[in-house]
Amino acid sequence: MDTASQDNSLIREISAEKYRYGFTTDVHTEIIDRGLTEDTVRLISERKGEPEWMLEFRLKAYRHWLTMEMPHWAHLDIPEIDYQNISYYADPTVKKQGPRNLDEIDPQVMKTFDKLGIPLEERLALSGGVAVDAVMDSVSVKTTFKQTLAEKGIIFCSMGEAVRNHPDLVRQYLGSVVNYRDNFFAALNSAVFSDGSFVYIPKGVRCPMELSTYFRINAAGTGQFERTLIVADDDSYVSYLEGCTAPMRDENQLHAAIVEIVVMDRAEVKYSTVQNWYPGDENGRGGVYNFVTKRGLVKGVDAKLSWTQVETGSAITWKYPSCVLQGDGSQGEFYSVALTNNWQQADTGTKMIHIGRNTRSTVISKGISAGHSQNSYRGLIKVGEHADGARNYSQCDSLLLGSECGAHTFPYMDVKNETAIVEHEATTSKISEDQLFYCNQRGIPMEQAIGLIVNGYAKEVLNKLPMEFAVEAQRLLSVSLENTVG
Amino acid sequence: MSNMMLKIENLHAGIDGKEILKGINLEVNAGQVHAIMGPNGSGKSTMSNVLVGHPAYQVTEGKVTFKGMDLLAMSAEERSHQGLFMSFQYPVEIPGVSMTNFMRTAINEKRKALGQQPLAPTEFLKLIKEKRDLVKLDAKFMNRSVNEGFSGGEKKRNEIFQMAMLEPSLSILDETDSGLDIDALRIVADGVNRLKSPETSVIVITHYQRLLDYIKPDVVHVLYQGRIIKTAGPELALELEQRGYDWVIKEFEDSGK
Repeated sequence: MDTASQDNSLIREISAEKYRYGFTTDVHTEIIDRGLTEDTVRLISERKGEPEWMLEFRLKAYRHWLTMEMPHWAHLDIPEIDYQNISYYADPTVKKQGPRNLDEIDPQVMKTFDKLGIPLEERLALSGGVAVDAVMDSVSVKTTFKQTLAEKGIIFCSMGEAVRNHPDLVRQYLGSVVNYRDNFFAALNSAVFSDGSFVYIPKGVRCPMELSTYFRINAAGTGQFERTLIVADDDSYVSYLEGCTAPMRDENQLHAAIVEIVVMDRAEVKYSTVQNWYPGDENGRGGVYNFVTKRGLVKGVDAKLSWTQVETGSAITWKYPSCVLQGDGSQGEFYSVALTNNWQQADTGTKMIHIGRNTRSTVISKGISAGHSQNSYRGLIKVGEHADGARNYSQCDSLLLGSECGAHTFPYMDVKNETAIVEHEATTSKISEDQLFYCNQRGIPMEQAIGLIVNGYAKEVLNKLPMEFAVEAQRLLSVSLENTVG
Repeated sequence: MSNMMLKIENLHAGIDGKEILKGINLEVNAGQVHAIMGPNGSGKSTMSNVLVGHPAYQVTEGKVTFKGMDLLAMSAEERSHQGLFMSFQYPVEIPGVSMTNFMRTAINEKRKALGQQPLAPTEFLKLIKEKRDLVKLDAKFMNRSVNEGFSGGEKKRNEIFQMAMLEPSLSILDETDSGLDIDALRIVADGVNRLKSPETSVIVITHYQRLLDYIKPDVVHVLYQGRIIKTAGPELALELEQRGYDWVIKEFEDSGK
């Protein structure tokens, strides 16, 4: 072996080590044929045992999707996606023989989530108590603490189960925040969506534990189309966490999700994401295409919705978690750290739509770009004519590591009320050689020094995450930047 | 020989292709305090930066032995792990990184390099308290970001605090007195003095005699145009304070070297 190929294999080893979730699980999975037609939509609906109205919902979306084109306004270079070469449904819970037993999970699947640090047995739950809905490919394999939560009237289950067991709630709210006509990926998702989670917090209930959904892509050649719906009724509170990983593959995999949140009078929802889909290798091969529509209708008076996201994964990210501030005195928050390395591309930000009076919003975005990556913040602050006293504060910071990467900011403002106060601040900085050397002199090697400085830069956002997530996010920020300097 | 802390032989170094150090020779024994004085532009800061391995500086010739090791072959962090410390003339700010987190990372990286277990949190906090008292640094600074919003004096006290935490064998104080009022100077010097031991050495780099009133040197060197042109006892510092550098330079030039 010559030196160059030895170096290459070393680099491969290091980058393989970097993404520690890149393994595949060998489990019997029923995958429907590739391609997307009306029959595919019917087949998915049938597999899920859905009622007629759900099928109609899907078909309407599918027919509309056919009339749409993929959006190209983002600062992203998206390769052609062949939507007929993707399988839209993969079920790892189907037994080879005999009927499916809901209580029995394939030990391989169980092991997968163990390996990911997501215990599916309630007695092993993380300290402080976190209820988990674990989704592999298209299907929820287990939801923990359902009984404990049900005692308080809280519904926490997979979307599929919600359609069967809580059809009235689902019919009332599904698509009420993100209409299938909203955008290309929303239409696609509405046609073929599979499991995500459904959460309903009744009036006056404070959810006693963190709720979380862990999304895992496993099967090759498939796309994942999660759908999550959270409804927080009057005077309720819930903190919800979302995590995601996928195997390392040379092919690109599509993930197109919709998350809808409805927040009623004086209720509060905190939604946190640590997005760590496989980002592709150091040459830009493989990785997940992450096209996500997340939006909350902050409907009630003095209601509050807070989005916190740490985005380190995916080859391409297209994602703008937004708040429609309809209730008087309602509040929206968006805290984001988006890190891109190697050939990753991210176009992410938020929309704050002020409709009600005295609505307030805060946007803190921290972009970190390394390698050959492109990282864009895109944000819209819209103040309607009746939104007297609306206030927004936005701060968008970019940190550059190296000279081959790009950081971009696209802030849009549309203010139709004279009493509104909208503030925007933006900075771009580089890690200075002096900062790094100061750390080195104190005995902190280069990679740890970068990790330390980057985590310091992102601290304001990381502080918003629940404890267990913050620790994981800090670790992710550091390992995602390994080998960026030197 | 085992007493030797640092030996610099014919060191040539510079920055951006420009030679600044033109053959430095220096020997520092364990337990000694050496002062390096000299007019502006004589190469004092270059010398300290080269010793701690700042990447902007290039060594073109010479040899440096630190506790028997080839210093120039070591990375900046290895030098630190082996007990070399520099108090920066201009300590940098690191936003969002608390002093506690910074110090814990530094100490545990050193322990890792030396094959030791990380310090337990309780031991670490005890150590912080003990060392803070040494330079009268209030507890509130530990939760603040590294050097952010620190006054000039607080930054320098923070440097000595870090020195105390890392317990180096050889400390280089690069113009530590600059920008300090007399009270801060006393606190800093007092901290350094209390850290002195027969096993550790200090190199004080300074333009002025002032600091040397408080940190008594064993040996004083004058650096001029990248060379050490005079070496003598502590009385030299006082003489320089009174008479300036011109006479030493003249003496050196007359000697025809």
